[in-house]
Amino acid sequence: MSWFKRDKPAGDKLPKLENGERRVRTEGLWQKCEGCRQIIWKKELEANFNVCPKCGIHTRIDAVTRLKLLLDGGEYEQFDADLSSSDPLGFVDSKPYHERLKGMQQATNLSDAMISAAGRLEGRPIQICSMEVRFIGGSMGSVVGEKIARSIERAMQHRMPLVIVSASGGARMQEGAISLMQMAKISSALMRLDEARLPFISVLTDPTTGGVTASYAMLGDLNIAEPGALIGFAGPRVIEQTIRQKLPEGFQRSEFLLKHGMLDAVVPRLELKSYIATALKFFVA
Amino acid sequence: MTPEPNAEPAPAAEPHPAWRRVQLARHPKRPHSLDYIERLFTDFQELHGDRSFGDDPAIVAGMARFEGRPVMVIAEQKGRDTKQKVYRNFGMPKPEGYRKALRVMQIAAKFNRAVLTFLDTPGAYPGIDAEERGQAEAIARNLREMARLPVPVLVTCIGEGGSGGALALGVGNIVLMLENAVYSVISPESCAAIIYRDSGKAEQAAAALRLTAQDLHGLGLIDAIVPEPEGGAQEDPAGAAEMLRQHLRCRLEELSGRTPRQLVDHRYAKFRRMGNFFA
Ligand SMILES: [Zn+2]
Repeated sequence: MSWFKRDKPAGDKLPKLENGERRVRTEGLWQKCEGCRQIIWKKELEANFNVCPKCGIHTRIDAVTRLKLLLDGGEYEQFDADLSSSDPLGFVDSKPYHERLKGMQQATNLSDAMISAAGRLEGRPIQICSMEVRFIGGSMGSVVGEKIARSIERAMQHRMPLVIVSASGGARMQEGAISLMQMAKISSALMRLDEARLPFISVLTDPTTGGVTASYAMLGDLNIAEPGALIGFAGPRVIEQTIRQKLPEGFQRSEFLLKHGMLDAVVPRLELKSYIATALKFFVA
Repeated sequence: MTPEPNAEPAPAAEPHPAWRRVQLARHPKRPHSLDYIERLFTDFQELHGDRSFGDDPAIVAGMARFEGRPVMVIAEQKGRDTKQKVYRNFGMPKPEGYRKALRVMQIAAKFNRAVLTFLDTPGAYPGIDAEERGQAEAIARNLREMARLPVPVLVTCIGEGGSGGALALGVGNIVLMLENAVYSVISPESCAAIIYRDSGKAEQAAAALRLTAQDLHGLGLIDAIVPEPEGGAQEDPAGAAEMLRQHLRCRLEELSGRTPRQLVDHRYAKFRRMGNFFA
């Protein structure tokens, strides 16, 4: 099919994020694991998709790496790659939103906090959305909303499953109520996907909170999460301030949600692809 | 420092219009959902419980008649005095509240009755128990299932439209806002704490968030603004209810001729187009 082609190689245009967490923990070729405190060869960690080979702790990967992890040959066709917010509120915080967007676009080489694409997962064509948490905390505004809605429409048009990998602090404050309404827009589109009896697998990764959890991330036919991911509606700090007590150990982590019945499974990153493939095979033969 | 001749007046003297609306939306005497329900409906019969955990007093639901027509009413309810406030959890619903709401919406769908919801909450409750029972899942499910309802859904934001906690009852064919109601992705205080590291700058944040009925209407996020009596609904609750009645009657009539399919498609088309601010 013609829409499967390698995405434009962007290596030469991909500067490292100035304030990225990765750099904070990085010292040359070696890196100290935040889980087991052992010194790990950085190349080995990257080859393992940021899963520590010693202790198995999962640290964040970016949206592009996520697609490499899940799609055959790391190949995909990207859609709406240039879709960008027009800053309808003229929002200004510590800097104007349009400047913040520009800075983020340069730092990540993405137009907003999500890549939407089509590719193959163990041979099966799928529509996939991969969120980029480095882009304003992976927040959801009108661009993320529209890209997901269009992905759902393509899934329906081509009768394909949909996979959304969430990594987001929630709705984007800088777009006000417009961001809020994206929750309704996406959930409404998911109602149509549901009526079309097409599978939707929601993958929740660290972090998935706020309006993203309270809309599409919790609406999968299967909701699966990576180990140790922060997942919730309200942020832990907000809850602590409200109830004025310390939160229990492990609160709002994947394993906590599994125990409370909110997830189908906690799946290690390196097993995600085969887990999804098996599920899709069960759903659509 | 010598003040400049054309210096801005101190914020305290003249609150920003958006902040003035926030204050009115939270006014201690502002009519709450039950104040409207008793004036707008007859034969209100409350229905309780989500059938799996409990009954959430922050959401009131029930069967009623609107000008003789049987309808289902679902509303977020704040308390007036301290005891009531605590009983209603300050209008902050828990998952069982949203699940009760969904349960009665589905009864309405089964028996072909219009659903009228009233939004008035600072937000969904942020607490350990709410998280344990799936606050996010409860809200998400309501959003998707409201989109599917084959009956007219009329939403009115009467006071505070607190983010996802309000939207969970907000996917309507028609969404109205009272003139002094606000509807926002985040409270002005929380927004100020994030962007100015100072929750005291809520007034500035309220202005930046564009959360008034006039703002939302201008952005195409709501269908109409319902005027309030001079000075705000708290000055004349009966008058405010009467103004809302006119709008509800007119909108219900407008929707009543549509087939179930048309109602679902109409609601979908509205939200699908919403917030197209990109290039
Ligand atoms: Zn380790």
